Amino acid sequence: MSAVLSQLAVTPSILDIDNFWGAVGLKILLILPLFFVVPLVVGYMEHKVMAHQQDRLGPMEAGPHGTLQLVADGIKFIQKEDIIPRAADRWVFAMAPGVALVPAILIFFVLPVAPEVWAEDLELGLFYALGISSISVIGILMGGWASANKFSLFGGVRAAAQLIAYELPLILAAAAVAIQAESLSLVDIVNSQATFMLGNTEINLWFVFPQALGFALFYVASLAELSRPPFDMPIADSELVFGYMTEYSGIKFAMFLLTEYGGMVSMSALMTVLYLGGWQIVPGVPLPGCDGAGGIFDCGALGILIGGGVTLGKIFLLTFIMVWLRVTYPRLREDQLQKFSWTVMVPLALINIGVVAVGKVAF
Amino acid sequence: MPLKTKTPGLGLLKGLGITLRTMLSPASTQQYPHVRPDLPPRTRGVIALMDENCTVCMLCSRECPDWCIYIDSHKETVPPAKEGGRARTRNVLDRFAIDFALCMYCGICVEVCPFDALFWSPEFEYTEYSITGLLHEKERLREWMDTVPAPPALDEGAEQPAEVTAALERSESTRQAAIVSEETKPAEGTAVAPAAASGAAAKAPDVHVDDAGQIDQETYDKLIAEGKSERIARAKAKAAHVRKRKQELAAEADLPAAEADLPAAEADLPAADADAAEARPRAADIHVEGGEIDQETYDQLIAEGKSERIARAKAKAAWVRKRKQEIIDSSGTEGSSAAGDEGGTE
Repeated sequence: MSAVLSQLAVTPSILDIDNFWGAVGLKILLILPLFFVVPLVVGYMEHKVMAHQQDRLGPMEAGPHGTLQLVADGIKFIQKEDIIPRAADRWVFAMAPGVALVPAILIFFVLPVAPEVWAEDLELGLFYALGISSISVIGILMGGWASANKFSLFGGVRAAAQLIAYELPLILAAAAVAIQAESLSLVDIVNSQATFMLGNTEINLWFVFPQALGFALFYVASLAELSRPPFDMPIADSELVFGYMTEYSGIKFAMFLLTEYGGMVSMSALMTVLYLGGWQIVPGVPLPGCDGAGGIFDCGALGILIGGGVTLGKIFLLTFIMVWLRVTYPRLREDQLQKFSWTVMVPLALINIGVVAVGKVAF
Repeated sequence: MPLKTKTPGLGLLKGLGITLRTMLSPASTQQYPHVRPDLPPRTRGVIALMDENCTVCMLCSRECPDWCIYIDSHKETVPPAKEGGRARTRNVLDRFAIDFALCMYCGICVEVCPFDALFWSPEFEYTEYSITGLLHEKERLREWMDTVPAPPALDEGAEQPAEVTAALERSESTRQAAIVSEETKPAEGTAVAPAAASGAAAKAPDVHVDDAGQIDQETYDKLIAEGKSERIARAKAKAAHVRKRKQELAAEADLPAAEADLPAAEADLPAADADAAEARPRAADIHVEGGEIDQETYDQLIAEGKSERIARAKAKAAWVRKRKQEIIDSSGTEGSSAAGDEGGTE
């Protein structure tokens, strides 16, 4: 029992300095660039990858090879007129982008980025991350309802239906990870991946190997959660104009866009932590300068920098695959989407959780 | 109905493979304003007008499906070429304009022109901020002429075009005349070239030849030997005779021989007017590989506040003109008279 309790104990971050406000400032300095800079890089990557996969060059004018395109876009969005439809529910309409955006920021508070670098290591970190990411959809539903536009409403309702359908496989897949790691703390999950051995051998494995099915389910479900193609029915330009974003313009529209890209980053970071061993480069190989448990803790500055780089690299790889899937596959129909979730994803997730539980007891 | 024999999901992976392959292969986008497009040499960019060749037959204007070609002209009476001849009328082109805002680039006008006055040029950068700027008058259309690529080469062993033969003949006789004039007036020999140049523009004094009906047997035999038809050989031989006589008369009258040659060229108009028209090698017959720009013109146009594209197009044309001028200057007396013409049209 005491062993379990010690595992549940919260691991301190290096940002937890004695001065309370100093610690808060440092954590904000960690989170805000993560939320505002990394999604910009991902957005630029999406522009470029989509373009090249479609045999074109993409943005080339703003900055060298169009690197400042999204900065220019941001400036443009700020300058645009903020239009609120006359029939719209003004307050709900105005608050919706914020309700969608803020939870997307809050997820980053529990995500471990590098050894000892995270804002907060909650005991219920995984629960918190999945719970708060679901709040975004309330913002989407608010926007869809308050726009007083049938296309927006369709988009909002589709988003709600999609969330209910895909939240389940997402949570079931994550639950399997929690069972295997015996913890809901994201830091502990990374730690247990560094020390997880295959059977009785000395071969270290990340959770993606025993739970390949769970990883695939989590990835597909998070695509649906984020309304990314091929699951972008809430936006569905060819049917719904732009879904719940139809009536939004200017900075509010930009906030919805930032929510999407921030969600891509946070979901990819979550998958990195849950399945891909966090900041480990290769399973079983300790980071340089680290001598803590599993070779991924108590690192020097070099280890922290390399660890952060590895995490970012994994995030970019996962977001690249999201873009790749977007370019390759056409959008599903609404009924196909629901059928796929309830008849394929949920049963598979249940099987996955059962197999993991049996494996956990057996070994 | 085709049976599903393949592994399920294989198509999904194939799709991923296609997008990945496309991403890794170079994009086909052309960075146009930064990188000039690599167009085929006979791209149909703009229609150029060789206004010297236009006879105001109106075929192009009538055939144009968009009716975007505007032609105005008047008639002029040309005095009889030979004494006792009859005065003739000639159409003089006053206005020739193509409205590229209406033109659909079908090329029917170029096809239908019986006198080789309209050509396709590969230049395409003549967009304007105002739609009225797309109406190109004949001066503008003439400028495009400098960018028209040379006609395709004749087949191996093909007969030389009649006008080239005629031009060669003309230059030969001028050379002879120059020798004669140098013999008679060595002091004025150096002034022949500029005199000829101005002579083309100015009206030269008439010299009448009495025995205009005679033929020059030597030329006649030569042309027959070359396989020309009897009629053409006779006409050209007649013209050659008149030229020779005029040279003799001019030499007697102490006129610069080359100058005397010019009215002679006009004198044989009825007999062989194609010969006369083509006698001077024209700028358009010389092919110059374009592409470079004339920095001086470019700078000047930019200083005048012209747009960068317009300045580039004009500077290109200016460069081609300069090169042609150089070639003409170096090709001798006969050429410089044509160059004088060319200079006059600017």
